[in-house]
Amino acid sequence: MSDDTLSGPKAPTARNLFAALQLDTRLLGMIGAFVVLCLAFNFVTGGNFLTPRNIFNLTIQTVSVAIMATGMVFIIVTRHIDLSVGALLATVSAIMAVTQTQFLPQVVGLELGHPLIWVLAIVAGVIAGVIIGAFQGWMVGYLGIPAFIVTLGGLLVWRNVAWFITDGQTIGPLDETFKMLGGIDGTLGETWSWVLGVLAVLVAVLLQFNNRKRAQSHDFPVKPLWAEGVIAVVTVAAILGFVATLNAYEIPLPRLKRMFADAGETLPEGLTMGYGIPYSVLLLIAVAVAMTVVAQRTRLGRYIFATGGNPDAAELSGINTRFLTVKIFAIMGGLCALAGAVASARLGFSTNDIGTLDELRVIAAAVIGGTALAGGVGTIYGAILGALIMQSLQSGMAMVGVDAPLQNIVVGIVLVFAVFVDILYRKRTGD
Amino acid sequence: MATPLVEMKDMCISFGGVHAVDHVSVDLYPGEVVGLLGHNGAGKSTLIKMLSGAYQADSGDILVDGKKVKIESPRDARAHNIETIYQTLALADNLDAASNLFLGRELTTKLGFVDEHAMEAETRKIMGKLNPNFKKFHAPVKALSGGQRQSVAIARAVYFNARILIMDEPTAALGPHETQMVAELIKELKAQGLGIFLIDHDVHQVKALCDRAAVMKNGKVVGIADVNKVSADDLLGMIILGKCPPGVTPGPGAISDDEAAA
Repeated sequence: MSDDTLSGPKAPTARNLFAALQLDTRLLGMIGAFVVLCLAFNFVTGGNFLTPRNIFNLTIQTVSVAIMATGMVFIIVTRHIDLSVGALLATVSAIMAVTQTQFLPQVVGLELGHPLIWVLAIVAGVIAGVIIGAFQGWMVGYLGIPAFIVTLGGLLVWRNVAWFITDGQTIGPLDETFKMLGGIDGTLGETWSWVLGVLAVLVAVLLQFNNRKRAQSHDFPVKPLWAEGVIAVVTVAAILGFVATLNAYEIPLPRLKRMFADAGETLPEGLTMGYGIPYSVLLLIAVAVAMTVVAQRTRLGRYIFATGGNPDAAELSGINTRFLTVKIFAIMGGLCALAGAVASARLGFSTNDIGTLDELRVIAAAVIGGTALAGGVGTIYGAILGALIMQSLQSGMAMVGVDAPLQNIVVGIVLVFAVFVDILYRKRTGD
Repeated sequence: MATPLVEMKDMCISFGGVHAVDHVSVDLYPGEVVGLLGHNGAGKSTLIKMLSGAYQADSGDILVDGKKVKIESPRDARAHNIETIYQTLALADNLDAASNLFLGRELTTKLGFVDEHAMEAETRKIMGKLNPNFKKFHAPVKALSGGQRQSVAIARAVYFNARILIMDEPTAALGPHETQMVAELIKELKAQGLGIFLIDHDVHQVKALCDRAAVMKNGKVVGIADVNKVSADDLLGMIILGKCPPGVTPGPGAISDDEAAA
């Protein structure tokens, strides 16, 4: 195939320009809404919203809910719901907190600050989350109890199991290494952030190139070269822009002095350092990539979407939909543990009320991100964007000085309105 | 005589005390089309679902190539090259043609990931044969017409080397042209040596496409007739009254002459 047949007309009109790019117009709409939202807040706050510092804070505040929202996509796609994620998060954070402050130091005998503590605590939390999730999934899939009821019960049970585990006390302070997952206390630094950014750019471009080559090897129609180029440039700019922004948030001078003092050195005059990418955001990116691969490139993902689209068809195709339900809820449980690790690390403690109302934030994020409650439709990146939009709304309104009750009223209205717009969109595009 | 491709012997299943299928025996030879006729609720679909693995029989034996087999799930049925095209099509509306065609049997790359490109290429190949007008490879199947959806469902059954094909009212939702297309396909598959169970309401279509017709009433077999030896009216009589015409061996579901006279 020659390049002539691939490249589009010389002067593309707006309509076939978008057609050639083959972009998800829904995603574009969401990004558009998000950009407008950010610009509006930036204008009202006199330029305080879109500062590196605020963007940095926004990303670390979003991580916990966003991690859970990726799992909620699978649950809602298969026509279930999970109301227990906030409570489950509390139980697993309690388990992780007790593991690292009491069980490992006192029973196993690892001294406080031992480098294994944070790993073992997280592993314990993930195992507990997966088991609890699988148990709930078993009740939904095999016993046929509606997920709404199972997880409504779970909401009460796990919130109070957390209370039992901790005797209602706040557990902490948590392990120093563990706390690095929280955000501000654990970042990659400027250099490594750039290294990672460049690696991400290489991977993204390579994937795009590979995809095109494979489509061509089967003689499928492919996008014109200029369209591929535009997409590549936008992707690269987005990745590098994100890294640059997080790097531009500079570590405050007193803190930097303390860091150098701790290392036994003195701070050279005039030196500044940026934070870079927080570990928690790295974790979110890893989760997002893994979940996207599962959704699009594995049989499990196929079966999730097929079951959501037509459960009977899935069953008749030989898919074990009951066990599939167990797996989906187990994944959700594991993600609750990761989200719980980030949330408690950010606080430095595991508190009783950790994750309260998170189930609603998580469901809202997935739904704003285009996951349809009717099942069969939803994307991982949509859910993360949904979480980001919710968090931006909330912290933007806080910055503007909107009263707390009004903030929640606005978030509620936005949720309903977003779903309404989505319904209109689907009606018009017919999918 | 050759061994039947499939033999279902003395099949029984009941739901909550209702004998949906009551001691039914049918068989199917290679290159043969056997029509299953009967009222709604006569037990045709239930009988066939035991063969396709959707239901499990209470009692009775299923023999494939003369050997007794256990069919406990749709997966078991597929392992014996039994493919089913369901009345309701059993397609996942939100997925595209390739995803539906390979649902439950995805092609994977060496690393175990789903190979979308290979599946699309195979789908394009088979659809090119079955329905050359089919172009919407990236649209979810709910955006397709009835005929296009049916061709996806048929492609799915045919692609995996089916030897025994079960078609549950394959033309119910189709227009005349598309019905013709399905009829042609049935003839072609028959010529290739597949055995086909065809569930249908239209006695004329059954007479045109099938070799034999098994008529069911109230979960029992009224009789199994050679379609060339009975008229359409005879078949209707079997369906409606349960009355066997002369020359057809009456089954357990047939009424006796005395009852018919009364």
